Amino acid sequence: MAEPVLDIRNLSVNYLTPRGTVKALRRINLQVPSAKVVGLVGESGCGKSTLISAVIRLMAENARVAAGEIRFTGKDMQQLSPRDLRAIRGRDMSMVFQDPMTALNPVFTIGRQMADIQYRDAVSGKEKLKRAADMLSLVGIPDAVSRLDNYPHHFSGGMRQRITIAMALLVQPKLLIADEPTTALDATLEVQIIRLLKDLQADFQCAILFISHHLNVIAELCDFVGVMYAGELVEKGSVRDIFHRPGHPYTRALLECDPSVIAEPTRFLPTIPGEIPSLIDLPEGCIFYDRCPGAAQVCKKIPPPEVSIAEHHTAACHCLEV
Amino acid sequence: MLFYLLKRIGLAVVIVVVAVVLLYSMIHIVPGDPASVILGPRATPEMKQELYELMGLDRPFVVQVVSFLGKVARGDLGMDFFSQRPVAQIVFKQLDETLVLVLASIGWAMLLGIPLGCYSAVFRNTFSDKLVGFFSIGVIAVPSFVVALYSLLLFAVTLKWLPAIGAGEPGQYLDQLQHLILPAFAIGLGWVGYIARLVRASMLEVLNENHIRRARAFGLPEHMIVFQYALKLAILPTITLLGTGIGRLISSAVFAEIVFARPGIGKLIFDSVVSRNYPLVMGAVLVSTVLFVLSTTISDSVNAMLDPRVRERL
Repeated sequence: MAEPVLDIRNLSVNYLTPRGTVKALRRINLQVPSAKVVGLVGESGCGKSTLISAVIRLMAENARVAAGEIRFTGKDMQQLSPRDLRAIRGRDMSMVFQDPMTALNPVFTIGRQMADIQYRDAVSGKEKLKRAADMLSLVGIPDAVSRLDNYPHHFSGGMRQRITIAMALLVQPKLLIADEPTTALDATLEVQIIRLLKDLQADFQCAILFISHHLNVIAELCDFVGVMYAGELVEKGSVRDIFHRPGHPYTRALLECDPSVIAEPTRFLPTIPGEIPSLIDLPEGCIFYDRCPGAAQVCKKIPPPEVSIAEHHTAACHCLEV
Repeated sequence: MLFYLLKRIGLAVVIVVVAVVLLYSMIHIVPGDPASVILGPRATPEMKQELYELMGLDRPFVVQVVSFLGKVARGDLGMDFFSQRPVAQIVFKQLDETLVLVLASIGWAMLLGIPLGCYSAVFRNTFSDKLVGFFSIGVIAVPSFVVALYSLLLFAVTLKWLPAIGAGEPGQYLDQLQHLILPAFAIGLGWVGYIARLVRASMLEVLNENHIRRARAFGLPEHMIVFQYALKLAILPTITLLGTGIGRLISSAVFAEIVFARPGIGKLIFDSVVSRNYPLVMGAVLVSTVLFVLSTTISDSVNAMLDPRVRERL
């Protein structure tokens, strides 16, 4: 693997709260190779969003990076000044947010907002608007030139998400971060947006870090997948490995819960019994111990090591050790 | 935008008409006989009756209201029976002074309050934010006539930097400006606090919105985010407040007007209510009502100009 665009090493992030320190992310190792799509999957509250806000360095005020480093195109993001960070955001790295209804400023036209993000480029305002219009047509907004004068509330949710994708790609980033970009949309729109992202990624050759809790979307779009559980990256590997030869019991359970793989009609959808452990008062051993069907004695006391299953495929589980 | 303006002005006209009718009705419910006040205790019933007919008070109430509305539409606010001069003339003579005072007060309060509010929001929970908050609450709590009295004592009596009373010689702008400073300071000071607090609150809210996070994720410069992307939204409630605030001040600047012995609408209304001068009360209150409606219409229109959702909704 060549040098990855994004290289997260041993990252831990804490939230300081009145009830104690929430250890939201622990020892995350994740690489995003250039021009590849890496998916992150996991249930709500597992730390996916914390991870990306740490990557783009737009964290909540009470969040602290406790350990580890984030290297973006070779640069350590922790060491950068706010000025250098701003130079990266919106040029080498851009982002598509979860909720398209609130992601655009309601009192500025689309054209103005798309021109403003090109503020670094020394070209005329007319040229910036032309670029914006071209990009809007590319993401499938009909009659793009005249729609530059429209405000966000003139567009539907799906259209707005296309606009935010257009904005994110307009700056031709090396890395696009997509934080559940289809969660707020209905199923048919979801498919359209995913296809669009896939096509554009092939054209623009940017890397994408794609967050979702929707397995089918991940399978459709991504080259590599990371599975997160309660603040840890429990398994990572190629899409094929994760979906066909899942190693970690959590990944297996997650795949079994996917409603689309259920063959027989049943009264109850499958679930993973038990609850996520408290992130303030962490268990000693494996984080998945309480809910794991194959938990052994060793799992209770000792945290599992990262076990290599195949090339680029690892999982953190004692049971995989030979 | 033009469509919005037309509709908003139409609405304003309706409000004014309703207000005039209500005003006319209310003033006739107030006990007291205008004819006895004007003619004095020794007036005979015949003299009173004559004056009644002259003022039109003998006609049915509805007829009085309709004829009054018609006259108002033609700019005729009736005659003042004390001075025998047209009410419109008396009111408009005072109006300039009041308008200048109110606009100057709100003007400097805005110029100081809005940046203070933005500053507080951007540097929230720092020492300087708390200092601004302390100052704001302080000046809101002190009534404007107290500020007026003490600034009068300090700057006019002790230091003798500024004139104490009156509005200055007509035509002499420097003199008028000097007379304006202390009253405008007294009225505006509390508003600095109001505006700073309100701008801070709405700025904090807007800065937490998703689109601001997105703007940051695109690396937009912080001054662009605060003073363009956030302020254009955060200023909207303040503009609404100023619309009603300016309207209310036109008739309630009366404390400062009395302390500084300035002519003005507030003082005119006060004096004419005390002397039960119906036509003058009507005229002055009517004009200040119209100005109130005008002021809110303007603030609504500014909001509509800034926010496309507002102008498409009405």
